Amino acid sequence: MREIIRAWGLTALLAGLLLAPAGVMAGVEKPVLERGKGERCVEDTEYMRRYHMQLLKHHRDDTMRRGIRTTKHSLKGCVECHASSKTGSVASSKEDFCMACHVYASVKLDCWDCHATKPMKKTTPAAMPRLSPLTVGLPGGQQP
Amino acid sequence: MLSQQYCLEARECKPALFWTLMGAGGLVLLGTLYAFFTLEHHGHVLTGMDNQIVWGLPHVFAVFLIVAASGVLNVASIGSVFGKRLYKARAPLSGLLAIAMLAGGLAVLVLDLGRPERLIVAMTHYNFKSIFALNMIFYTGFFAIVGLYLITLMDRSLNPWSKPMGMLAFLWRIALTTATGSIFGFIVARAGFNSALYAPLFVIYSFAYGLAVFIVVQSVMYKWNEIQVDPRILARLKNLLAIFVAASLYFTAVLHLTNLYYAKQWEFERFILLEGGIYPLLFWGGQVFLGGILPLILIFSPISRHPATVFLAALLVVLGGHFQMYVTIIGGQAFPLDLFPGYAESSTFYDGVVHPYTPTIWELLLGLGGIAIAFLITTAAVRVLRFMPQDDLKELELELKPH
Amino acid sequence: MSDLQQKPVNEERRTLLKAGAVATGTALAPGVLLFGAAQARAPEEPASDKVRWGMIIDVNKCADGCNDCVTACNEENGLSGATGPQDSQWIRKLNIRHLKTGVETSLPMLCVHCEHPPCVDVCPTGASMKRADGIVLVDRHICIGCRYCMMACPYKARSFVHEPLTDQNPEVPRGKGCVESCTFCVQKVDRGENTTACVEACNAAGHKAMIFGDMNDPTSEIAQILKTQKTTEIRADLGLNTGVRYQGI
Repeated sequence: MREIIRAWGLTALLAGLLLAPAGVMAGVEKPVLERGKGERCVEDTEYMRRYHMQLLKHHRDDTMRRGIRTTKHSLKGCVECHASSKTGSVASSKEDFCMACHVYASVKLDCWDCHATKPMKKTTPAAMPRLSPLTVGLPGGQQP
Repeated sequence: MLSQQYCLEARECKPALFWTLMGAGGLVLLGTLYAFFTLEHHGHVLTGMDNQIVWGLPHVFAVFLIVAASGVLNVASIGSVFGKRLYKARAPLSGLLAIAMLAGGLAVLVLDLGRPERLIVAMTHYNFKSIFALNMIFYTGFFAIVGLYLITLMDRSLNPWSKPMGMLAFLWRIALTTATGSIFGFIVARAGFNSALYAPLFVIYSFAYGLAVFIVVQSVMYKWNEIQVDPRILARLKNLLAIFVAASLYFTAVLHLTNLYYAKQWEFERFILLEGGIYPLLFWGGQVFLGGILPLILIFSPISRHPATVFLAALLVVLGGHFQMYVTIIGGQAFPLDLFPGYAESSTFYDGVVHPYTPTIWELLLGLGGIAIAFLITTAAVRVLRFMPQDDLKELELELKPH
Repeated sequence: MSDLQQKPVNEERRTLLKAGAVATGTALAPGVLLFGAAQARAPEEPASDKVRWGMIIDVNKCADGCNDCVTACNEENGLSGATGPQDSQWIRKLNIRHLKTGVETSLPMLCVHCEHPPCVDVCPTGASMKRADGIVLVDRHICIGCRYCMMACPYKARSFVHEPLTDQNPEVPRGKGCVESCTFCVQKVDRGENTTACVEACNAAGHKAMIFGDMNDPTSEIAQILKTQKTTEIRADLGLNTGVRYQGI
């Protein structure tokens, strides 16, 4: 009797292990990303999907350790374009640009422990002409 | 399965006791993990550590374990390198304790990091000018060398290798403790550290703490297995402990006497030896009296033939070691930096004032985790392999005869 | 001071400069911008070891009770300004009183950006680093939060971030579990402004006690002072060759 129970148990376990990923795949929808501002990304979408981490890491070391401040592959640039129109951030909700994929792929991000998830300005870009220096506010928005 | 266990008789295996011990150790470790995840989530804001006292109670436990880990290996070294049978019989337990305690100590250090998930970074990015980075190499190497050494000790066919391996392990552990002491010795900024003496000081401390831990563990193992230890063996061990404890006191005295000769160090010495509140109390009462003088009195008293007395003396040395680490690590930070000699300083950043430190339960839990890890590794290993020191009394007879 | 607070931000300023809209910029922050424009390096150009950024603080000009440099630093770098034992302080006002004469002096204390920084020596991973132009920084990407640099710093210049942070200044990333300290406002320096928030605030308050510049550039004000006047390094006995020097102590 015991043997039979064991055999069934084992079969059920194996079946569960086999079916689990299928269930996950079936149950979760692929992330839908909001289109970034501007005409196109700094690199092709396919390229960015695969290599954004390498680009960011390379740029991070260049900027941090050598003081190279080009904007093409800077994280700040990503945030400028990809901040959500709803939350104004790239990572404050699960639908925001970074989180949408990273939650789907279960890859933890620690960029946002230190980096700001929102662009420089507090007000919406539409309300603020980008080139007028008179309207540029202080990041904290506070005056002492 | 039961027959595989290395107790002398099956009824002495005491499985209930074994699982109780493992359970108790596991519970402490569970508490440690809870503290770790809590701190990981909320940050170090929950601890008593701050921008003034940057290393706290966890480091007291961790550094003690690391220093004692290298010291406990001495027992094996005396056996292998100097060929003493009494110590050879104890070499496997000594090696095991060394690995277990180092693992415990390092675990605490890692759990206390601000970014513990970046341990891999610490293993892939090295700044070789940092004594900390060198220590990581010494620690990793220590595991490997002592592990191999243990194999040569326990596998009869590899026994001939135990002498060179023992030699290597001995040299490695001296280098390791030198580097551990240098963590403090190389801090040029602070009055309490910044002394080359820290390297030999920590080496001699490690001799005392390591042997003391060994005696404590051996006593407990013998007690549980109802083995009577030969009084002559006990006498050897306790005399050696006395030499190490006395040497520790001597080096401590030299450190402070040197400082007392330098005018710029007077303020610090006044703080740590006389006026610093808890620190002089822990120094004189804890480190010097409980951890030094009292054990010496016990060891040389008429009642020292009794195993319980030696056990107590060794336990006091272990306790004193924790006091010493507290005084060294936290006392060294509590004394403020003197940026402008000859001036009184004050600021919003606590310049010029003695820095208070009150550890919280989280720090205690982290620290105890190191002991729990060392305890669990030892208890489990002793259960499955032959680590119990067993003396061949006939051979000992020859060695212990007065020459 | 509030005039000066109207700092344009990175992208905007750069675009402005490129477009040649100097007039607008001049109206905003006159001397600074013109001076900066003369020395700015291109964004793709790494920091050069021909430059060594430094600061001279004249404590006789530093006003007792004035805290403007501290406030400006907090503002620029997104620090809360709280002064509990676990809060970050990148710059602080230090009051010192001579034990014999009783003479009191007030001065700002910050990371002195040593030529031979002990924090860089002791850092196990190389997170604590000195940039080619002499600015000492923490690379938070590889900082493991061991805090050995805080033990090693003779100036108590470093802080550990004890709590999770949000809403950081995009130009000054900082977060829980890493050590941090004054960066000489590296974001401003790299923009070519060649000044720091504390110096700007001190000038705006009219004290002009702090001077920032390239110690290696013989034409710079700081190099001139170093050449002709006596300056003091704090804890000169350690031989660290600090980038921040004092006058009047």
